[in-house]
Amino acid sequence: MGELKLMKGNEALAEAAIRAGADAYFGYPITPQSEVIEYLMAEKPEDRTGMVVLQAESEVASINMLYGAGGTGKKVMTSSSSPGISLMQEGLSYIAGAEIPCVVANVVRGGPGLGDIQPAQSDYFQAVKGGGHGDYRLIVLAPSSVQEMSDFVPLSFDLAFKYRTPVMIISDGLIGQMMEKVELFEQRDRLTDEEVIEKYPWATNGKPVGKERRILTSLDLDPHKLEKHNHHLQAKYREIEEKEVLSETLHCDDAEYIMVAYGSSARIAQKTIQLAREEGIKVGLIRPITLWPYPKKEIEKYVQKGIKGFLSVEMSMGQMVEDIRLVVEGRTKVEHFGRVGGVIHSPEEVLEALKQKLIGG
Amino acid sequence: MSGLTVQDIVKPENLVYKKTDLMTDKTLSYCPGCGHGTAHRLIMEVIEELGKEHETIGVAPVGCSVLAYEFMNVDMQEAAHGRAPAVATAIKRVWPGRVVFTYQGDGDLAAIGTAETIHACNRGEKIVIVFINNGIYGMTGGQMAPTTLPGMKTSTSPYGREVIAMGNPLKITELVAQLPGTYFVTRQAVHTASAVRKAKKALMKAFQNQIDEKPGLSFIEIVSNCNSGWKMTPVDANIWMEENMFPFYQLGDIKKDGQLIEKK
Repeated sequence: MGELKLMKGNEALAEAAIRAGADAYFGYPITPQSEVIEYLMAEKPEDRTGMVVLQAESEVASINMLYGAGGTGKKVMTSSSSPGISLMQEGLSYIAGAEIPCVVANVVRGGPGLGDIQPAQSDYFQAVKGGGHGDYRLIVLAPSSVQEMSDFVPLSFDLAFKYRTPVMIISDGLIGQMMEKVELFEQRDRLTDEEVIEKYPWATNGKPVGKERRILTSLDLDPHKLEKHNHHLQAKYREIEEKEVLSETLHCDDAEYIMVAYGSSARIAQKTIQLAREEGIKVGLIRPITLWPYPKKEIEKYVQKGIKGFLSVEMSMGQMVEDIRLVVEGRTKVEHFGRVGGVIHSPEEVLEALKQKLIGG
Repeated sequence: MSGLTVQDIVKPENLVYKKTDLMTDKTLSYCPGCGHGTAHRLIMEVIEELGKEHETIGVAPVGCSVLAYEFMNVDMQEAAHGRAPAVATAIKRVWPGRVVFTYQGDGDLAAIGTAETIHACNRGEKIVIVFINNGIYGMTGGQMAPTTLPGMKTSTSPYGREVIAMGNPLKITELVAQLPGTYFVTRQAVHTASAVRKAKKALMKAFQNQIDEKPGLSFIEIVSNCNSGWKMTPVDANIWMEENMFPFYQLGDIKKDGQLIEKK
């Protein structure tokens, strides 16, 4: 068993970055995730593993620092919250286009605009539908516990390097701020410069003797070549959709109704299941762990089984619900419930919505 | 000399000058008479002479020199518009032993990327920034730049830059020289043989500073021409540059070895 600690989600994320063997973190403070950079600065990872931590002048600079250092084959990460993540969209598009691996954590707060500093899940569209310009995707992982804030960091780095693509960990102010027991994984070694050079021949860390120089760019002025590059990216995304979907189900075997919820909402939905079953309502939960690629097959499985209806429970005005409807295509009822603006729905409210929107309606 | 044939001239022992191998054979995309090609060559010659071909990473901007990576035969990254100093900062932080430089135009460095420029300078990142200032947006077709001179006509100041409405030209090089993080700040040109020699010397000093781990950033502005954007012949553009750009953007060192140079 690994070391057990009581930690905030943000702290677990930061500790996991050090333990995952990250080479650098670049970030800019924003509530409710400033503990990430505060923890890293206090921990002196330069002494622990040689990891670089730098407070950038803006989120725009942070994401471009990821482009630069990630482009040399190093393991790099940043974190921010909604308005800061909006500022990073240009950079994420360039990173996806130039195929640079990196990890970006979004501890979502209420929006739109400056919004507030309370938990929300209203950045779903931005995370899974692109966010920046052009045809690209992020792999998006949604932790629903402090444990997963830790565990998903090494997983994200593995996926980022496997596919040379940016990976987003999307949580919210609740997961980021709450304290839970977390079992920390063993320290992974940082790669040496020589190992990086050997492992990532695409990386721009100095032209190898006797070989061609490497160029990292998202520009191609020849439309036919750029079209080909787009097809290459799409082929990669199809492979990710095929191989990397993660989800979890709870009490779905005998369920007549299914809630679909991720992150904090999935935790709340667990309590709703208990309350519902006490009243004899057979309800289950599908928890998407990867929001992109989306667990379409899991949803389809229960459509085939004749489920009476799905309720998308999310702290937004109804974003993920659209992805459920894309799978269901009208074959059964799909409704949405969620509080927004930083208000967190209670398990009782979710149960009431389930009754009104699916069972009674 | 009269006895020399072509066969004699091309013998290796008679070679007096050759293009550096660190410039690719690709035809430059720049307009005839433009200073970019010369600036590219000088940087590559300096890197070759310093023996850093295999340890250099360059960062290209958005602007006319967006394709700099097509011509510079070292590992290169293409940055988003204005973000090259942030990109270069991170490369240098994770590969402190490598030589890292950015190559940026006036719109990239002094307008959209002002924050990244100032903060990389102020942190004293141990990188080289090469700043090409031709007072205009060349690639997008001749629009006003942050460095466009008062009264100068561009496609977005068609009656001349009116400073009351459009603001003043920004002397960002003098500005960054004031920051404690800059170690060497100079303004050069590449339009004559003697200017080229001086510019190369300045570039050599800048890269040597980085290799010697001098405490701070080396910043080299090259005041250049844009005959297409200025709508002049290459010769007239150079004359106009000497008569109009140089009095405003005065050539010479502004800061050396971390010390501001006193104006006489």
